[in-house]
Amino acid sequence: MTTEIILQAVVTGLMMGLIYALIAAGLSLIFGLMDIVNFAHGEHLMLSMFSSFWLWSLFGLDPIFSIPITILLMAFCGVLTHYFLIRYILKAKMLIQICATFGLSIFIRSIAQFLWTPDFRNIDKPFLEGRLEISGMFIGQPQLVASLICLVAFILLYLFVTRTETGLALQATAQDRHAAEILGIPSDKMFAIGWAIGLGCVGVAGGMMANYFFIFTDVGINFALFAFVAVALGGFGSIIGCLYAGIIIGLVESLGGLLIDPSFKLLYVFAIYLLVVIFRPQGLFGRY
Amino acid sequence: MDKLLIAKSEPLWNTDKRIISLIGGFIVLLFALPHFGLNSFYLHLMIMIFMHAVMAQSWNVIAGFSGQISLGHGAFFGIGAYATSFLYVQYGISPWISIFLGMIVSGIAAVLIGIPMLRLSGHYFAIATLLIGISFQIIFQRWEWVGAASGVWVPMTSEDSLLALQFHSSKMPYYYIFLVFFIITFYLVWLLSRSKLGYRLRAVRDDPQAALSLCINVSNYKIIAYVISAMIMAPMGSLFAQYILIIDPDRVFNIEISIIVLLITVLGGIGNVWGPIVGAAILIPISEYSRIYLGGTGGAVDLILYGLILMLICIFRPEGLISFFPKNILERKKQR
Repeated sequence: MTTEIILQAVVTGLMMGLIYALIAAGLSLIFGLMDIVNFAHGEHLMLSMFSSFWLWSLFGLDPIFSIPITILLMAFCGVLTHYFLIRYILKAKMLIQICATFGLSIFIRSIAQFLWTPDFRNIDKPFLEGRLEISGMFIGQPQLVASLICLVAFILLYLFVTRTETGLALQATAQDRHAAEILGIPSDKMFAIGWAIGLGCVGVAGGMMANYFFIFTDVGINFALFAFVAVALGGFGSIIGCLYAGIIIGLVESLGGLLIDPSFKLLYVFAIYLLVVIFRPQGLFGRY
Repeated sequence: MDKLLIAKSEPLWNTDKRIISLIGGFIVLLFALPHFGLNSFYLHLMIMIFMHAVMAQSWNVIAGFSGQISLGHGAFFGIGAYATSFLYVQYGISPWISIFLGMIVSGIAAVLIGIPMLRLSGHYFAIATLLIGISFQIIFQRWEWVGAASGVWVPMTSEDSLLALQFHSSKMPYYYIFLVFFIITFYLVWLLSRSKLGYRLRAVRDDPQAALSLCINVSNYKIIAYVISAMIMAPMGSLFAQYILIIDPDRVFNIEISIIVLLITVLGGIGNVWGPIVGAAILIPISEYSRIYLGGTGGAVDLILYGLILMLICIFRPEGLISFFPKNILERKKQR
């Protein structure tokens, strides 16, 4: 095993990690805001990939150009989710909240299976294709662009949450819903915005992944699991923690697959989750 | 002090005579049912209802009574299924013995998983169990010794055999076996719900801090609930394996098993002994019929319905359908 192969694995892991980070950031934002874990996160990712696919297949729009549309669609989807489901279960027991988003995930996935069958699809001849060779390493162009765009989106999200007025209002609501309401921040609207942004992040990640990943109805499951892991690893509710956690997960997945056994990739990531939540329940960058 | 004594002498067993006879009549009816000329499809339907009711009851013990949401309960089902099939195929051990071996293995697995995991609470525990459930599937898919992804095929006996728990001529014996397990499980869980243990579990669920201050060792009680729950789940896996005679990781460690027990319990009424029966009696026919009439379309129509039902229940009836029944039937009558 040469250093080149290891370096290759590191780069691959890094690129995947940035995508995981963005997906996890959406989850983390929603959790931090309203203490609800979106168990339908993977299904939302799947929807955004399908949105990319259909925009390409019906209108010939390449995924990289249809990203704004996908983001808008997903944001709309997030607002719908909030107003039709989450609003009613805000005050319910945690069990009911888990069951509700779990129900949503089953619902979305099986509707997708009903409409589109469980076939695998991919986008033929996307705008981004081929690979670059940099000193012996091969880097897929779509992967590279996807991870860079995810990084940019992540930075924009971070700036939005920490610098803009709406972002600060979001943070205020996340910290204390009632105090924020007293100060005139409408929490219901903030929740809707949180869902819109959270799923918008998923829209970016899904739209970019549609370039090079197979598109099928169960595609979201593993990504959602990794997002849970990333959120726990980074600390529930911490946005910047997601970035580090996503990269760690990407590296573990890719290096573990290379050094130990590729068929147990998922297990390495799961093992990290279990170790982290047992020994450091607040996560690596948790605020609790 | 007087009040305390009265409360203490109040019988926990006080159930209305009419309700006892109602339940008794119902059990007699269930025993007589196969003789009314049910064809094998209806027998299968009833068997599935019994099986899922017990599985949901198992989930109810950990989630309903002690408040820990496990999303990986299918693991114990799979352990039970593998215990009987594998031991029968490899060593010729009768399923009747290996059902109990499966229960023990399952209980040990529950302790091993429970000790680290049950320190977690809420979402952390739910996600951890989800990951563990999937890990079991991944491990069994690649474990050569137990047949890896192709699973275990149980060789068929030439004729019906009680010892090998195989009945090919009729589904009737399976019906009675599942029925007996169903009744025993429900009786035991009913006892549990009225025992000191049951009340302590609910105390742990409702207010762990207060329970701790009453010297209830919260984490120990959670582990006890988890083990009981696992040991209820395992025999169902064993019986299911003997019922279909072929098991593989995708079937018995499927995440859908963990989902369906949650669905049934939440639909019927979580934390209530009778909830799983109501849930199973409604959901299983929906699933079987939609598979017959709509299954050919390639879509998962039953799952669409499940998801919708689950969301609607969570929004409108978080206590489950059992809350539609008059309360005095469900709870012991107040002593005057």
